[in-house]
Amino acid sequence: MLGKLTWDAIPFNDPIPFFTGIGIIVGMISILSLVTIKRWWPYLWNEWITTVDHKKLGVMYVLLSLVMLLRGFVDALMMRSQQAIAAGGAQGFLPPEHYDQVFSAHGTIMIFFVAMTFMIGLINFIVPLQLGERDVAFPVLNSTSFWLTASAVLLINMSLFIGVFSRATWLAYPPLSELQYSPDTGVDYYLWALQISGVGTLLTGINFLATILKMRAPGMNYFRMPIFCWTALASSLLIVAAFPISTATWGMLLLDRYAGMHFFTNDMGGNPMMYMNLIWAWGHPEVYILVLPAFGVFSEVIATFSGKPLFGYRSMVVATLAICILSFIVWLHHFFTMGAGADVNGFFGIMTMIIAVPTGVKVFNWLFTMYGGQVRMTVPMLWSIGFIITFVIGGMTGVLLAVPPADFMLHNSLFLVAHFHNVIIGGVLFGAFAGYNYWFPKAFGFTLDERLGKASFWCWLIGFYLAFVPLYILGFKGATRRMQHYDNTDWQPLMLVAAFGAFVILCGIGFIILQLVWSIYTREKRRDLTGDPWNGRTLEWAVPSPAPAYNFAILPDIETTDAFSEMKKHDQTSIPVPPGGYQPIHMPRNSANGFFTAFFTVVFGFSMIWHIWWLAIVGFAGIFITYLALAWRSDEGYEIPAAEVARMEAAGRKGVKA
Amino acid sequence: MSTAAAKGLPDEAHGHDGAAGHGSGGPANTRTVVSYGFWLFILSDIVLFSAVFATYAVLSGRTAGGPSGKDLFDLRNVAIETGCLLLSSFTCGIMSLVSDAKRPMQTYLAAAVTFALGAAFLYLELNEFIDMADHGAGPDRSAFLSAFFTLVGLHGTHVTFGLIWLVVMMAQIATRGFRPTTMWRLHCFALFWHALDIIWIAVFTIVYLMGVL
Amino acid sequence: MTISYRCAKPKACTPARLQDRASAGRGRKAAAAAAAAILSVRNCQAGILDPAGPVAAANKTILLDSLAIMLCVIIPVIVMTIWFAWWFRAGNTKAKHLPDWEYSGRIELVVWSIPAMIVLFLGGLGWVGSHENDPYKPLASNEKPLKVEVVSLDWKWLFIYPDQGVASVNQLTIPVGVPVQFDLTSSSVFNTFFVPRLGSQIYTMAGMVTRLNLEASEAGTFPGQSTHYSGDGFSDMHFDTIALPRAQFDTWVSDTKSSKPQLTEAVYEGMLRPSQAVPVTLYGGVQTDLFRKAVEMSAPGTMTGAMGEQPDQPVSSPSKPLSKD
Repeated sequence: MLGKLTWDAIPFNDPIPFFTGIGIIVGMISILSLVTIKRWWPYLWNEWITTVDHKKLGVMYVLLSLVMLLRGFVDALMMRSQQAIAAGGAQGFLPPEHYDQVFSAHGTIMIFFVAMTFMIGLINFIVPLQLGERDVAFPVLNSTSFWLTASAVLLINMSLFIGVFSRATWLAYPPLSELQYSPDTGVDYYLWALQISGVGTLLTGINFLATILKMRAPGMNYFRMPIFCWTALASSLLIVAAFPISTATWGMLLLDRYAGMHFFTNDMGGNPMMYMNLIWAWGHPEVYILVLPAFGVFSEVIATFSGKPLFGYRSMVVATLAICILSFIVWLHHFFTMGAGADVNGFFGIMTMIIAVPTGVKVFNWLFTMYGGQVRMTVPMLWSIGFIITFVIGGMTGVLLAVPPADFMLHNSLFLVAHFHNVIIGGVLFGAFAGYNYWFPKAFGFTLDERLGKASFWCWLIGFYLAFVPLYILGFKGATRRMQHYDNTDWQPLMLVAAFGAFVILCGIGFIILQLVWSIYTREKRRDLTGDPWNGRTLEWAVPSPAPAYNFAILPDIETTDAFSEMKKHDQTSIPVPPGGYQPIHMPRNSANGFFTAFFTVVFGFSMIWHIWWLAIVGFAGIFITYLALAWRSDEGYEIPAAEVARMEAAGRKGVKA
Repeated sequence: MSTAAAKGLPDEAHGHDGAAGHGSGGPANTRTVVSYGFWLFILSDIVLFSAVFATYAVLSGRTAGGPSGKDLFDLRNVAIETGCLLLSSFTCGIMSLVSDAKRPMQTYLAAAVTFALGAAFLYLELNEFIDMADHGAGPDRSAFLSAFFTLVGLHGTHVTFGLIWLVVMMAQIATRGFRPTTMWRLHCFALFWHALDIIWIAVFTIVYLMGVL
Repeated sequence: MTISYRCAKPKACTPARLQDRASAGRGRKAAAAAAAAILSVRNCQAGILDPAGPVAAANKTILLDSLAIMLCVIIPVIVMTIWFAWWFRAGNTKAKHLPDWEYSGRIELVVWSIPAMIVLFLGGLGWVGSHENDPYKPLASNEKPLKVEVVSLDWKWLFIYPDQGVASVNQLTIPVGVPVQFDLTSSSVFNTFFVPRLGSQIYTMAGMVTRLNLEASEAGTFPGQSTHYSGDGFSDMHFDTIALPRAQFDTWVSDTKSSKPQLTEAVYEGMLRPSQAVPVTLYGGVQTDLFRKAVEMSAPGTMTGAMGEQPDQPVSSPSKPLSKD
């Protein structure tokens, strides 16, 4: 009846996961009770859960990402503490079977549910606003994508309390991830969560390709698009081209585990090396799916706060597309040490280095954007400068690893760990926080506190170097990644420094939370009444803050890049209303489709993980019926009357909540 | 002069026809956006199949002492399957034409024939699978057979969903007539069905023909 | 027999000196020295910057050369970033102001060429390096290579010396100045064989044989470990590599032969049971073809494939992992 699910799955004897799980459950119940007591359900349901507004979905993505950042960071603190203690015979506080789950969960969560989710959140929020669009191409599908991501998050977190998570690292290499070596449900949690979120991501990719290519405002030619939209386009292209590969690969691993097939097994002709090729054929583009939008954020931020157009716009576009294409022909550098032979290694090494050319061009272009400008040291700008300095170091160590003989010495060492944290924290996360501080007023109508923002930046920056420079050095000392304990006590001082660095980063996270809370508390003082708090250059700043549901009361007609900058040169601070006045605006209606899909997906995923077949059928049928219901919905949306548009626009300009 | 000339557009935000801005373009109409999005989905589906094809190519020789394609494949059966599917693509095309002309009875008839041919294809494929499994050549026998069942089965799963989709579409036409939304979806279905045909040609060539020759 | 040849005191660490760091941009040598100083890993315990063999030394040279080439660009970029951001700050009236400057063909040319030239250099280095230092390439030497067959098990290392007829678990003993040719496989999941001070690492994979050529040029004890995570016992999957002068190595072989038990297939099957932190064990005799059987055992059903090729045939085309097809 309940498949593999028994009382043994609840970790009664394992205090850390047990009490964490209890804590999460109690926390959730109290939040739900609060919502019920305060009668917030109708508001939550109408304004957020069923919303198809890309801006609200973007906000929810970012919120989800920040919550998962806390979860993933707790994992990081546990790992750094464990390695700081477990030297020279000491075993630390985490036994291997727990430690191995912690690092597997940390990687999976940070990549898929923090970095990826944050970037998709920013893309959701900003792209239509920058391109002069009223919505994305498929609003209901967009909400479904979000809710699929959310259901994957729920499944991942369920593994804390029901059963275990994967102990097979964040990429689940077979044969270790095969049933023979990982018989518990950990890998199944991993696989189903990623398959579900992968579908959501793929749909997002399709949605934004259509949004960017087919929905732009009149006159918004390709070469007038803000650079963030170019990077979002490249990222979406990569999603559509790469995520089906991961779906196929994880699908085959699932078949190995569920149907006794032999894709990646040791026996019966299976080929585990093929998994590594396939997964990195997705995995390397994935890195660029994350980092390209971050590059876009930095391009916007640096141009705005230097008070200049982006230097070398066309070069930036070419560089973005070059990275996009090259990212598909470098995957083998993840396993130079598998013995592929000198020619193959040499080829992929050179290809990898070639990616450094467009990336280097981007860095120089950012520098020359500052050149001759009037740089304002705001929080987003600090993140951007911190990024350039940090990222070039990460890029350098990356190219170093692309030299096969160097990689023969550094592969799978803590040097490698330091390298990819250097590019993912220094690149993606710094970009996320720059974008968060930069666009926050557009989402909520008030700015974030600068002092606390700067405090969070400095904690992150200093904490990052304290945490990861020691790992670079440890890599040179021959320290390997994923060690639950180690004998060499020489490594311990550096491990302690790294752990200290992690706690400094914790302060940075604390300041981000404090900044948010304090800014909400003092929001009346920090209202953005103009819609353009930073003297921005692109269209999102031409609409009131927070942006109205329909984004643009009047669709702009674009004639240049940096459209809003051009308007301001001609003394226009908003898109002028034509002689005929406002027109009614057609809007898509809310839809609970995404939420119900997610609900049944969780049921389906959970029952597949625990082999509860009847419930899996129920879940699948539920998804299907949800879609039938959607297909029969005859609702064609609703209209906001012209007078209401006029009222909302006037109110938005005064900074009064509409 | 204003560089961003103002201009009110009367119709809805996502998708309308009259984007006659001063600049070029403007948002495309919903019909275009829907089929464009569906094209992108088909492209991603083709990437999915490519990954599985690549896997099949790697594993096709790894029979682990078990039967190979030469021992298992019955080209006559496969030829009939292919015939069914190609013919169903043809009738699907007819369905598109008669539905554009808003002729319900002819649309149902074309859909019914398409469905029957698709179902016949599935029946033959399932028969082949069951027959192979009965002779000890199931998907767990060897890496080659895992890849075979997965590749051909993935296509079969797509066909199954196509058939369900077709039934739903006919129910929509029956209950609500030829509305624009229904027509776009029928158009997407046709795209999907033809794409499955193209993929089957690849399966037929790479798996069956090259497996036997 | 216990090995008495132990590494003496770790050499003192060279402290990082600031003036080294500052001069790093000047040239390759200075940069390499600075990098070495910053990293201060001169320590006998481990460390890839303290090579004890030709492979590690060659890899290290390429690594430091690449680092130096890149630092020539990276350091100026970091300086420029800070300088530009500071000098062009809002409110600095001395800085020139170019509010509309967004394109310069000359600068574009330069910013594309600089990274391209660096990559050209590095690409050449990488291409030549991956051929010169290919793990499959036999090392030039007057000595006949010593053959060692390596099996990674859950969670320990087995080293078989086919020509000497001895074997050991979790300890690798090699002669100094003699090339060692490793053939490697795994009994279960992937692992990586790595002795940082000797040089390149390589994967061990079930049903396949990879090859690695290394040599110790000085006597000593060099820690080795798996660098590819392989499950719960992974952290204890390390071994000491003991490099002995030739004569002592020969003594070790003959002592082991005369005093230690046989490694039969049955004993090997016992080893397949997962175990952690396994103590060093020596075997004075090895069943013929045990390595070949280990390869076959770890991937049943794979052997008699359509191609009919045997998995452990001599490394005929030593440029890819030898699977059966």
